[in-house]
Amino acid sequence: MVRLKDVTFSFGDRLVLDSFSIELPNEGITCLLGPSGCGKTTLFRLIAGLIRPQLGEISVDFNKISFMFQEDRLLPWLSALENVRAVLPADERDKAGLILSELGLGNELNTMPPELSAGMKRRVALARALAFGGDLLLLDEPFTGLEPELMERLASHIKKQSRPVYVITHSEKEVELLGGRTVRLKGPPLKLEN
Amino acid sequence: MLAAIFWLALWSAAALYVSQELILPSPISVFRTLLYLCGRPEFWKAAALSLLRIFGGFAAGTVLGTLLAVLTARFDLMDTLFSPLIRIVRTTPVASFIILALLWMGHALVPAFMAMLMVTPIVWESLRAAILAVDPELLEMAFIYRFGAVKTIKLVYIPSVLSPYAASLATAVGLAWKSGIAAEVLCLPRLAIGTNLYYSKIYLETPSLFAWTIVVIVLSFMLEGLFSRLLRKRRKKRW
Repeated sequence: MVRLKDVTFSFGDRLVLDSFSIELPNEGITCLLGPSGCGKTTLFRLIAGLIRPQLGEISVDFNKISFMFQEDRLLPWLSALENVRAVLPADERDKAGLILSELGLGNELNTMPPELSAGMKRRVALARALAFGGDLLLLDEPFTGLEPELMERLASHIKKQSRPVYVITHSEKEVELLGGRTVRLKGPPLKLEN
Repeated sequence: MLAAIFWLALWSAAALYVSQELILPSPISVFRTLLYLCGRPEFWKAAALSLLRIFGGFAAGTVLGTLLAVLTARFDLMDTLFSPLIRIVRTTPVASFIILALLWMGHALVPAFMAMLMVTPIVWESLRAAILAVDPELLEMAFIYRFGAVKTIKLVYIPSVLSPYAASLATAVGLAWKSGIAAEVLCLPRLAIGTNLYYSKIYLETPSLFAWTIVVIVLSFMLEGLFSRLLRKRRKKRW
């Protein structure tokens, strides 16, 4: 379970969360749907422990969180395969090629990120997040820049996850594709839509 | 090649016009002196010892600059303490340090010390800036995926800083060489290129002065070329 109670967070003068409270479930897929810039990514960053709230409490019942960022954040000096391998322990490195192949990147294992298309980079970032494991998966706009056919393929991979998955999106279509619960958000400051 | 022919021709013409070996020797006269020097074991010993001294100083400066860059980028207190000092060292004239160093240490050590003093600020400044400019998004990614300190240094920091670091080393190697030779001219170690330059000047052996200067230039080109090639090879290697 992820629980935020009266959480306040601002970037300088810009209030992003104002006494915001929410409980997110510890199973299945939960889509956090809201317009761009409403504070969804800040919410993820708070859950992942990358930033701390100025006020309020956050409790996260998960030890290891895997986070697919809004940006690909691939290491440009490592190939697609090496980027995924980098998050795996030494005895599990063989998994990297398998996951990339499942996401349709079997022919791009040794391609360097600058030579990959936007969609391919997104898939490598997803492969890395899936490979890392963890007991909670956070996906921030995982389908950005992807063709509809590819989105369906990735959605089916995400649905297969046995751990809870929280997905940030601003598209109703993506919510439909993923199924699961939907939490509608608005802001800033971030609020639950009635 | 064309440039070399042009400048040699111009030099020959100028030497012919001046017609005084003492002021401007001809390229042929300098080449003859160079051949004569190459036949003497002292020449090779002086060149080897100068290289050894200056390269020793360069290596020490690289280690010191790297260490200081890491410390000043990582710890605010170290930055407050060391950054002004390194900036002062960088702007102080080489001659002031050579004279001071002559008072502090043995003559043979001064060229190495000077090379070190020239290299340290260059390496420090470039590496410190590169460390501070490492992409924070990649550092966050490393934190989320639990890279740990060693993996973060190996996979994020080193590849991020490698290019500016290599460029600073390529600049520093040339400066170390020039300042090291200048220090040798002033402190006169027993076997050294700088000492030979000094005596050529004292005894008005202008062809010898030119010949030793050519040796300095050739060795400098070789050193920078070798260094650039080594760094290019290293950069091509995958991380």
